[in-house]
Amino acid sequence: MEDLVLQTVSLLASTVRLAVPLILCALAGLFAERSGVVDIGLEGKMLAGAFAAASVAFWLQSAWAGLAAAMLVSIAFALVHGFACITHRGNQVVAGMALNVLAVGLTAVLAFAWFQEGGKTPALADAARFRPLQLPFVAEISTVPVLGTIYARLLSGHNALVYLTAALVPLVAFVVFRTRFGLRLRAVGENPHAVDTAGISVARLRYQAMLASGALCGIAGAYLSTAQSASFLREMTAGKGFLALAALIFGKWMPIPTLFACLLFAFADALQGRLQGVALPGIGVVPVQAIQALPYLLTILLLAGFVGKAHAPRASGIPYSKEK
Amino acid sequence: MEAASALELPALELRGIDKSFGAVHANRAVDLSVAKGSIHGIVGENGAGKSTLMGIVYGYYAADAGTIRVDGKEVHIAASQDAIAAGIGMVHQHFMLVENFTVLENVLLGAEGGALLKKGEAAARAALGKIMADYGLEVDLDAKIETLDVGTQQRVEILKALYRGAQILILDEPTAVLTPQEADALFRLLDTWRSQGRTVILITHKLREILAATDRVTVMRQGAVVATRDTAATSQEELAELMVGRRVQLRVAKDACVPGAEVLRATGLRYVDARGVERLRGVSLSVRAGEIVGIAGVSGNGQSELLEALAGLLPLAGGEIFYKSEKLAPPGTAAASRAARLHGIAHVPEDRHRMGMVVGYSAAESTILGYHGDEDLGFGPLLSNRAATTRTARLMGAYDVRPAAPALRSGNFSGGNQQKIVLGREIDRDPELLLIGQPTRGVDIGAIEFIHRRLVALRDAGKAILLVSCELDEILGLADRILVMFDGRIVGELGRDAADERALGLMMAGVAQAAAAE
Repeated sequence: MEDLVLQTVSLLASTVRLAVPLILCALAGLFAERSGVVDIGLEGKMLAGAFAAASVAFWLQSAWAGLAAAMLVSIAFALVHGFACITHRGNQVVAGMALNVLAVGLTAVLAFAWFQEGGKTPALADAARFRPLQLPFVAEISTVPVLGTIYARLLSGHNALVYLTAALVPLVAFVVFRTRFGLRLRAVGENPHAVDTAGISVARLRYQAMLASGALCGIAGAYLSTAQSASFLREMTAGKGFLALAALIFGKWMPIPTLFACLLFAFADALQGRLQGVALPGIGVVPVQAIQALPYLLTILLLAGFVGKAHAPRASGIPYSKEK
Repeated sequence: MEAASALELPALELRGIDKSFGAVHANRAVDLSVAKGSIHGIVGENGAGKSTLMGIVYGYYAADAGTIRVDGKEVHIAASQDAIAAGIGMVHQHFMLVENFTVLENVLLGAEGGALLKKGEAAARAALGKIMADYGLEVDLDAKIETLDVGTQQRVEILKALYRGAQILILDEPTAVLTPQEADALFRLLDTWRSQGRTVILITHKLREILAATDRVTVMRQGAVVATRDTAATSQEELAELMVGRRVQLRVAKDACVPGAEVLRATGLRYVDARGVERLRGVSLSVRAGEIVGIAGVSGNGQSELLEALAGLLPLAGGEIFYKSEKLAPPGTAAASRAARLHGIAHVPEDRHRMGMVVGYSAAESTILGYHGDEDLGFGPLLSNRAATTRTARLMGAYDVRPAAPALRSGNFSGGNQQKIVLGREIDRDPELLLIGQPTRGVDIGAIEFIHRRLVALRDAGKAILLVSCELDEILGLADRILVMFDGRIVGELGRDAADERALGLMMAGVAQAAAAE
């Protein structure tokens, strides 16, 4: 019994750890897409952020400095995206994809040039990483059956960025649905003409959304390279930005449903880690490749089958111009 | 126009407003003076520059040159924000509403009253309650815009402007989406504002409304002001002539109709759209050779769907269509619309940009669209550009398309000339039945005259025509028999002689039964 609880809790704990970058990216995408900019560049911004975080954390031996660098670099990418598609009304998908390609190439080249370790950054010492934190009274409570295990192993023992992410979800929900900025953000993605005639600058709002998107992607990148692992690896985002985009669609561009979509994808990811090499009853050992494909298959199934009625923000993907 | 107003400064004064979009000179040195506490009409054809001018006043576009004065003070309007601050409000022709927002959220947008919404919401509710009571503009503040009919949406736009304290209200084609009765209510509202000293600028192309509602009227043509008149001292004919620059026939002369055999009969047509809304609830009608049957109604009551269903484009949930007493294949398949064409049914769709032509095509390509399989246009899978160009040049001559340039991009023609291209393409087939929707939407007066004459000529040649139009004048001018649609049903039928605007208006508003009982 206790063993089952332990296994379940550890599966859920790794779900949480895998979900964090997805959640941060999906929230980033939420700001961008709610403002009317299709953000296919989440992946690239996160990757650039991961590299910046690992590099600066290594040089300055500070995880927080790395985080700040990641956010700045990712915001710079977001502003380039904004400059191309808001100021110059370029195609949002093409510009976003270009940033993704740029991020893959640039991070690898710079990593080679600066660190000569085959495209990765040097391993970070614990002091330069986000390390697990213990919540208060863990020692006392962990002896309580079930609840103690849940507290000690599921709620406690994560790094600062996990808790930050947990706080960000309700914060984003509040901002989007309860504030002036949120009202304008939701409006500009639906009908920018209405926003313009209400005396609000469409471009300014969209740039603000891109700033938020960049900052959140930066945190996600820093999480990957300085919390989850101890260095930057080439293409370490491995499609998580796209998965986050899928979760955002599955969550119908709403913060809380998007959170659950991210958790679901992360759960599939955590599960596949555990199912490798395990003989399933009645099926036997499933090839590793098939198990690894699980999260992606889930994505395809969910997107194809269950989100038929998801309405994207109506103006999403359309550069704003006054003439119709 | 009392004597006192002579001493007062104009509420709005424009001097030398100039604006170009690329090569298009939309406004040429426009001067305009609007007296305080008056209703000022602006008329002109499509593309005469009315909406651009008002867009400049409202800060939507920036003028290249010129000054704007409000109450005698020069104001610099760089964005809508400045216009709102100067007390200018605008109700746009295409509503500037966020569809999935509530009424309250739409009113708040841009005037939230604080970083958090909660406080502003309470204040807005109170203020709006008072405005709604004062002007009889009842709207459910918590209803989503997409669930409201267009008349109510317009009330929301008006509320938005009033909530922001507008003293000068610009209304761009406000009656396009209203029944005559709703339009009357709107004009009564405008009267109330005028008596309170507010100023109204009314943009419209309906000359009758100008005469009925305004104090003064300014006529624009090709971006410039050509005349300003006291409304009491002008007439529809004079205004039309000023708009077009030559004398125009406002109403087509036609002989009595001589209906022949039945060409089209539809029984119990039902259609449910993708959102599950029943758009056609059992529509039956018949059209005979040599008559024009007009379908009147406020837009969005099923007329568009009816036309598309008859053209074989919408999958029906029920009902049958007979063409010359032969049952047609169920619509909604490519085979059905192709069969309709082969049978001699021509269709000029309501939205020519979406369905009538491909704006990126050359005029020649748009002209053979749907008939590209014709024997004389090529050989097997090969298409002869020369044959298409020859055909297009011939049609352009016959239908007076200007410029007569088959190679020009379809989208670069004016609305009237685009419509003539589509009309020429369809009528050239010598159809037995013409299904035509909004034939003169976005078409200038000169072209309207031409199109109306062609339709009457087609009828006189013994062809059947089903005409859907939101313009009551058009229906009354052309149709021999008028069917009125409301909420997916045909709620009334009137012979041309029995029909007048009031009777039709009541039917269009769905109160025909009540009216008949009185």
